[in-house]
Amino acid sequence: MAKKYSNRYIFIYSSIMVVGVALVLSLLATLLQPIQERNIRLEKMQNILASINIEVGREESADLFYDYIVQTKILDHEGEEIDGDAFEVDLQDEIRKDLPERQMPLYIAEVEGDTLYILPLRGSGLWGPIWGYVSLKSDFNTIAGANFDHDSETPGLGSQIAEEEFESRFKGKKIYDQQGNYRAVEVVKNGVDPDEPHRVDAITGATMSSDGIEDMIYEGIRVYEPYFNKQKNL
Amino acid sequence: MSENTKNKAEPLFSYKNKKLITNPIGKENPITIQVLGICSVLAVTVQLRPSLVLAIAVVAVMGISNVVISLIRNITPPRIRIIVQLTVIASLVIIVDEVLKAAMYDVSRQLAIFVGLIITNCIIMGRLEGFALYNKPWPSFLDGIGNASGYGAVLIAVGFIRELFGSGTLMGQQVIPEFLYNIGYVDNGLFILPPMAMIAVGVMIWVQRTRDPELIDVS
Repeated sequence: MAKKYSNRYIFIYSSIMVVGVALVLSLLATLLQPIQERNIRLEKMQNILASINIEVGREESADLFYDYIVQTKILDHEGEEIDGDAFEVDLQDEIRKDLPERQMPLYIAEVEGDTLYILPLRGSGLWGPIWGYVSLKSDFNTIAGANFDHDSETPGLGSQIAEEEFESRFKGKKIYDQQGNYRAVEVVKNGVDPDEPHRVDAITGATMSSDGIEDMIYEGIRVYEPYFNKQKNL
Repeated sequence: MSENTKNKAEPLFSYKNKKLITNPIGKENPITIQVLGICSVLAVTVQLRPSLVLAIAVVAVMGISNVVISLIRNITPPRIRIIVQLTVIASLVIIVDEVLKAAMYDVSRQLAIFVGLIITNCIIMGRLEGFALYNKPWPSFLDGIGNASGYGAVLIAVGFIRELFGSGTLMGQQVIPEFLYNIGYVDNGLFILPPMAMIAVGVMIWVQRTRDPELIDVS
């Protein structure tokens, strides 16, 4: 350790190290990127299928996706269709835009003779973004299924939003009350009667993540109301 | 290094080398004795599975980073050694993360939040600074594995206790039988909150020092 290093040596040493590390890391990232993107795409298909209660492995999801999803659409804020590939719309960018410019993807699925409408959602949890898909039956009121996911919610607490046990609590809930007012689904503490149509039980120790789900559902479904109304009046 | 080891090739698992692995699991445990790495113990031990995954990831990162630092120990200028260590740890963590994302996507989704935590784990830098910088690659490797195992063992123990009593499950599987709930048993909500991890580690420290009085800090 007693050896003396000149400033020159230190500069050269750190330059080589930095360039070397940068090369290795960027090479690795470029090499692996196609595989990673494929995984992300497959997972998206898997999550969409899960929201209509079709549980498949990630690898099979690509084959089965178009067996169930019969139509995809991009809607504007008035419920009119616009051109484009709904699957490629990145909700992360869209929710930051003002409503009139927003593109809203919609997936229409056929499962055992029923038509289900799948709405993608995105919001924020405690530490980062949360997202998910909720499917509505053709009455545009009853929730047929839901699937949530997250990047960084607390493991074991907030992360439970992505577990099936929590997701299944949303099945059969209604987003409109009997007078036809929009209510969406509240996520509440202290336990609820499972038959209550507008409420589900929150997760103990994960208040912020549970509230995030509630807001995400409320805001996320509401923007599709013009489309629902058009379909109902057809 | 004594004369002895210079002349004669030391066996790979000599008494001294074995100690490098066993000591940090027992009476030189980085968590219960040195009280390092507490932050991640409190954060990730709500369930057994994430504890296990993090333990394995730390073993991998620590073993490799100790070897790398040990290999370059004679050419690294001491004035920038900390930043070199940091670069090595951070790069390794990124490599682990990228490879997992491509090859084991499910595991990578589980690890998501822990990857950052590995970089900030003070035990890793502590061992680089305290051991790998002055020792040959093989003992450094053993020291890294040993300390990471000591850390992992505590992590897994705390995760086990907290998931069992907090949620009645292990690895997500229900283990507390249904009839106990029927006769009035309830999961203890305190166990899933971070303070319980501190209490659990505290109890471990207490038990360990009671059984081995020479560990008691007299100062």
